[in-house]
Amino acid sequence: MSGFPFLSLLLAIPAIAAVACLFVGDRNAKFVALGATLVNFALSLVMWSQFDIGGAQWQFQERSEGLFGPFDWALGIDGLALLLIVLSTFLMPLCILASWEAITKRVGLYMAMFLAMEVVMIGVFAAQDLLLFYIFFEAGLIPMYFIIGIWGGANRKYAAFKFFLYTLLGSVLMLIAMIAMIAEAGTTDIPTLMSYNFPVDMQTWLWLAFFASLAVKMPMWPVHTWLPDAHVQAPTAGSMILAGVLLKMGGYGFVRFMMPMFPEASAQLMWIVFALSMVAVVYTSLVALVQSDMKKLIAYSSVAHMAIVTAGLFAFNQQGIEGAMIVMLSHGVVSAALFFCVGVIYDRLHTREIDRYGGLAVNMPAYALFFMLFTMASIGLPGTSGFVGEFLSIAGIYEASSWVAFVCTTGIILGAAYMLYLYRRIVFGELTKDDVKAMPDLNPREWAIMAPLAAVALWMGVYPESFLAPMRGDVTTVVARLAPAKPAGDAHVSAGKPKAAEKHGEGHEVPAGEAHHAGGSQ
Amino acid sequence: MTADLALIWPELILTIGGLVTLMLGTFLGDRQVGLYQLAALLTLGAAAVAVVALFGTHATVFSNTLSVDAFGGFAKLIIYGASAVSILVAPRFFTTGMRAEYPVLILFAALGMGIMASARDLMTLYVGLELNSLAAYVLASFMRTDERSSEAGLKYFVLGALASGMLLYGISLLYGFAGSTDFATIATRVGGELNIGLIFGIVFVLAGLGFKVSAVPFHMWTPDVYEGAPTPVTAFFASAPKVAAMALMTRVVVDAMGPAVGAWQQIVIFLALASIILGAVGAIGQKNIKRLLAYSSINNVGFMLIGLAAGTQLGVQAVLTYLLVYVVTTLGAFLVVLQLRDADGNQIESIPALAGLSERRPGLAAAMAVFMYSLAGIPPLFGFWPKYLAFQAAVNANLVPLAVAGIVASVIGAYYYIMIIKTMYFDDKSEVEISGGGNIVEGTIMTVSALWLSIVGYLFIPMLGAASAAAAAVLF
Repeated sequence: MSGFPFLSLLLAIPAIAAVACLFVGDRNAKFVALGATLVNFALSLVMWSQFDIGGAQWQFQERSEGLFGPFDWALGIDGLALLLIVLSTFLMPLCILASWEAITKRVGLYMAMFLAMEVVMIGVFAAQDLLLFYIFFEAGLIPMYFIIGIWGGANRKYAAFKFFLYTLLGSVLMLIAMIAMIAEAGTTDIPTLMSYNFPVDMQTWLWLAFFASLAVKMPMWPVHTWLPDAHVQAPTAGSMILAGVLLKMGGYGFVRFMMPMFPEASAQLMWIVFALSMVAVVYTSLVALVQSDMKKLIAYSSVAHMAIVTAGLFAFNQQGIEGAMIVMLSHGVVSAALFFCVGVIYDRLHTREIDRYGGLAVNMPAYALFFMLFTMASIGLPGTSGFVGEFLSIAGIYEASSWVAFVCTTGIILGAAYMLYLYRRIVFGELTKDDVKAMPDLNPREWAIMAPLAAVALWMGVYPESFLAPMRGDVTTVVARLAPAKPAGDAHVSAGKPKAAEKHGEGHEVPAGEAHHAGGSQ
Repeated sequence: MTADLALIWPELILTIGGLVTLMLGTFLGDRQVGLYQLAALLTLGAAAVAVVALFGTHATVFSNTLSVDAFGGFAKLIIYGASAVSILVAPRFFTTGMRAEYPVLILFAALGMGIMASARDLMTLYVGLELNSLAAYVLASFMRTDERSSEAGLKYFVLGALASGMLLYGISLLYGFAGSTDFATIATRVGGELNIGLIFGIVFVLAGLGFKVSAVPFHMWTPDVYEGAPTPVTAFFASAPKVAAMALMTRVVVDAMGPAVGAWQQIVIFLALASIILGAVGAIGQKNIKRLLAYSSINNVGFMLIGLAAGTQLGVQAVLTYLLVYVVTTLGAFLVVLQLRDADGNQIESIPALAGLSERRPGLAAAMAVFMYSLAGIPPLFGFWPKYLAFQAAVNANLVPLAVAGIVASVIGAYYYIMIIKTMYFDDKSEVEISGGGNIVEGTIMTVSALWLSIVGYLFIPMLGAASAAAAAVLF
């Protein structure tokens, strides 16, 4: 089965379906899109089952030498990419279903754009060639520009422009950095570049250029301002995919490019990431607290969650990076679900004003239940996906810097505040408004979207090992790559008192003992 | 001498074909336009075959004044192709006023451009350039009764004459201080100590050529001429002469001024950045699609000049690739403009009238969207690739600040390209009814170029890379 071109097929199916959608008429386009995304999801599950955990770092590799001259059609995935691809293929059919009735005009084009989006997302995660990656990375702008601009809200044109130009401005600097890397290393092959040692002073510049791009995509404070606009104006499914997968491209870029390729620069400049993440966690959480627009609130909460991801990644240790990855996956599911929750009631009342709702628990009990689950998952209640990710990443951050961990934890408390406040205002309270009273509960289609999302959120919370296992080896590789450059943390975590005391006597080469010793002398 | 003639078959074919078409036109009158069109196309096709046959040759002819090589061949193929398209699309535009002179003038312009691309002597350079320009002046004012067309022709002529003057002044200085009009000899002279005369010569020659490629600050004529000239002629101006002038500039810079890197490089860098920025900023307020495309061409020339500024083989390769992709994109965009007619058959040039085009004419709007994204250089469209090559050449030549400035300014340019797309896709339908129809030739050219510029183009990279590498290697 190893020779089976899973990745090319995963890219080809939605690409062909996208072209087909343009020609088969609005009604058929929906079915074509749903069929294609479901087949792709099934295919990605087969791929997951074939993925050899603990096997070769790169699997399902495909390479056609010289197809594009200086760069190749080179695909291949490790555990990190695998999970993100499965996340994308999982969300896509749900997005198509979510727009089943909400989208009425130019359905063919809409479905084509979503399928194009799927191609782009899978391509970004599967590309093993630097230029191929860049092409996919940038190509995502085009369908998203259309999705926001054509099917968005009242201020959609402004939001589409802002999204496009903002992210483009970020990305172009990364292109220059890539050109410099290709010139220096003489290859576009990502695995080779990941173990290439760039000169340290060059690393700093490359790091900054990549950071400019990925920080916008992520998005990190203070370059996050495009996100609330884009989310608020985008149609429900657009927000789902934007929050669910597109933001993950930033995090993926950090862990795939910046950390393994520029370890020294990452260590030197980690303070930037920590500082921005700390500001983002607290500031955007506070901003979320005062929003009166549901989508904006969730958009700001995304920025806060992504800040925990960046801080977790730059903790440079196993828990931090694994935790950050789980936060990304969890956020991908949960924020998509939350945007869908917003979409459900938006479709009924056509407003995103929080104050217009209230008391939904009475007439929409099933909705209230699901919304509750996703709210809790977003807060990080144990048993939900959010908890695993946040716990692991903050444990990792704590090892690197207790202050950053302290501030990030504050953000989680604030997160509970704004999410519960949102939930209270929408679902609880008196059911007084007549139009709200008239809102029916979930229909079967909405059930079909909510149920899988809820199942995954719980699965990830109860048995995260399914998701941790494929990525463990890859995270270890990244950590090993970063180890020489890694600065000492301030937490001086040791492996427990008795063991540490024993090792203390043995000598200085044991890192844990070193740390303990240094801690004792403070 | 006779041996030399065998090496300039493309030029001979164009000369003979042009004269024959002219004679036919004189004797048969304007009713047989189809015949002249066919004659001109056959001539261009035969010339292209001759170019391909000579592609591997590398020789100088007529006392070292012309170079027959792959570099010129590459440029000529693009020039002939663009000329053929300009002839093909003309009859439908000039529904009443199509005359025999049109294909003839294009043929002579193509001849002049071929000489420009092959020139390796200041004299042939000037002869080729003037032959092209004179044909172009007439073409710009081809619609004699149309005020805008006449104005465009006159403006082009006056400013073109000024540029020719500057160029001639530069040529005379170079000749005076280097003692020769031969590029190779000039190169050895400027390789030594640069005196003030040579520097002035370099500056004036580059200014004159800057006018021809419409690089800022010598671009003022471009929007006016593009707007005023009949659309097929504008399509021609935006494509073929750009190729010729850019090829000429490349050869002058690399072959004649090559050793004096310090002297020309800063000028080219200035032209590049000024063109990118002004081409982008100037386009933002435009309401006329032809004017907008004029600014877009200024903007794109800036990116080509980034490749040229590197002055390396990779840079020249980038310029050549860029030219090909740019010409395909621009011709495609002008073909879309040609399709835009209201119910009475009048041309539509106003951008607001495009509002909602994607609902009236989805195919046309999609093609235009491809061209716009491609001009903006957004991957996965093929317009990305030459931009990438240009930036790569700059980075590899240690011009990182130039590359960074250029690429950041390219974001300004992206604004107005996506503005067009916004108008076509996001805005509500405009009042103006856009009539359907269009002929099969134009439709095919548009479809093929749009497909090529979408992902398909990437498959041609190895071929394109080999051809452009062979062409660029000639200069080094």
